[in-house]
Amino acid sequence: MRYLPLTPADRTAMLASVGAGTIDDLFADVPADALLSGPVEGLAPHASEMAVERHMARLAGKNLSAGAAPFFLGAGAYKHHIPASVDHLIQRGEFLTAYTPYQPEIAQGTLQVLFEFQTQVARLFGVDVANASMYDGSTACWEAIAMAGRVTRRKKAVLSGGLHPHYVGTAETMAKFTGDVIEARSPVLSAQPDDAEVIAAIDDQTGAVVVQYPDILGRIPDLAAIAAAAHAKGALLVVVVTEPVALGLIEAPGHLGADIVVGEGQSLGVGLNFGGPYLGLFGASEKFLRQMPGRLCGETVDAEGKRGFVLTLSTREQHIRREKATSNICTNAGLCALAFSIHMSLLGGEGLRQLAAVNHDRARQTAERLAQIPGVTVLNDVFVNEFTVVLPADAREAVRSLADKGVLGGVALGRLYPQDKALHAGLLVTATECTTDDDIETLALTLADVLKKGA
Amino acid sequence: MTRYFTKEHEWIQVDGDTATVGITDFAQESLGDITFVELPEAGRAVTAGEAVAVVESVKAASDVYAPLAGTIAEGNAALDAEPELVNTAAETDGWLFKLTLTDAAALGDLLDEAAYKAYIAEL
Repeated sequence: MRYLPLTPADRTAMLASVGAGTIDDLFADVPADALLSGPVEGLAPHASEMAVERHMARLAGKNLSAGAAPFFLGAGAYKHHIPASVDHLIQRGEFLTAYTPYQPEIAQGTLQVLFEFQTQVARLFGVDVANASMYDGSTACWEAIAMAGRVTRRKKAVLSGGLHPHYVGTAETMAKFTGDVIEARSPVLSAQPDDAEVIAAIDDQTGAVVVQYPDILGRIPDLAAIAAAAHAKGALLVVVVTEPVALGLIEAPGHLGADIVVGEGQSLGVGLNFGGPYLGLFGASEKFLRQMPGRLCGETVDAEGKRGFVLTLSTREQHIRREKATSNICTNAGLCALAFSIHMSLLGGEGLRQLAAVNHDRARQTAERLAQIPGVTVLNDVFVNEFTVVLPADAREAVRSLADKGVLGGVALGRLYPQDKALHAGLLVTATECTTDDDIETLALTLADVLKKGA
Repeated sequence: MTRYFTKEHEWIQVDGDTATVGITDFAQESLGDITFVELPEAGRAVTAGEAVAVVESVKAASDVYAPLAGTIAEGNAALDAEPELVNTAAETDGWLFKLTLTDAAALGDLLDEAAYKAYIAEL
């Protein structure tokens, strides 16, 4: 049977019905300078498979990959050791099912994994309930803001300057379409997080107060104080965790008064993956359960009284509630959630605490070593595995010079905040269990060298 | 005391400036077993036609609208523990919320019992 595509008349009728002249009009939101206007320069129109493979291998050889160099990057994406068993287990045939494997009569294994995942996330965050995952940390953060708006029926969100700027950007993009008011601020190079400024900004119109923990500069805000201030004005506290390993060392946000806790789960089991796919984590107090977005898996019993698992509380979701659904997400990051769950199961509670302690120890050692370099100051009083140092000049240049010498030295704040010159001397440095003594020494010696030449 | 109805299948019992609102027996019958009722908090000012409560059944989640403008006086706390009251006693103990009316004389487009019965007979 031949596949018969739409006729030009069909297309014209459909375009007319939505008020578009051409197919291109449907993509009017794509900036003109992001569009490809012709052939890519230097790219042959066609070549043999072997020639393409050699070309691609040569290009790949130009990369300085995370595993091949001393690596100190973080800022929302972390390089941790993933046990080989994680990748082995996620590839088992039982897990490689078709899209949307949620039917309880055929997918008990998948549903049980989701249930275990939710249990782990809820315990990690110190909240009553967690969903079966979201796309990534930034979209989970936006969903939390939207959820707080539904609970409080208020449209204003106060964002801490310590919230990752990409998360702020995601919220601002979404708010353009929903009419929510996003009150964001830039961080300041200070050892103190901006708790006082955030508290001062909360008013009777504020529905959500959003605080990252640890924050973008690695500092640890006083969640209990912010929670009290938010609740006094009838607002909800949303806490964002971009590095879940940190929670092996610091108190779970839910135990400090957070109403909604969201995060990026990439750290555990997922890997850097060139920036995605990642894993959005989402948990909340049970009293807000019916305003939560996303899939939820629940435990039940079957007709014979045996333990089983089903998706539950679907009346929140789009396929039932249509435009009044809590969110348009109708899926979850199943494979990444599975990897997270396996890694977390291998670690266990004690293993996670040990992992966090090793991370902190490595970071402390890195900070102490870097502080010995003339002109380099460590900003933080307190941190887990990520901290900020202040250099004598724009850190972007230092990062570039370090990379040229085979060291991935950190994330320059100028890259995250190009408009904010006051931050440009800041360099965000992360150490994990993968960081060796040699890595630390190489970073310190190379940075000292780079700064001396720059002076 | 007079009882009124809406085409959204709510009943409204008006007593002075207080209106008690619930869903009709016809509505609960159509929804099936009710598992949860989300109620508005007391003190919330509402406009006529605003969605103020949600009735969740095994089949669907349906909004319940404020039939008239006013302020929520109370939600039926008994429904937290016993949402099935809406099934067993939709037009009595299974009421959803009480509304202090802004203008007790403005009964808008509310139907009387005969008109509502005629309306559902057509459905």
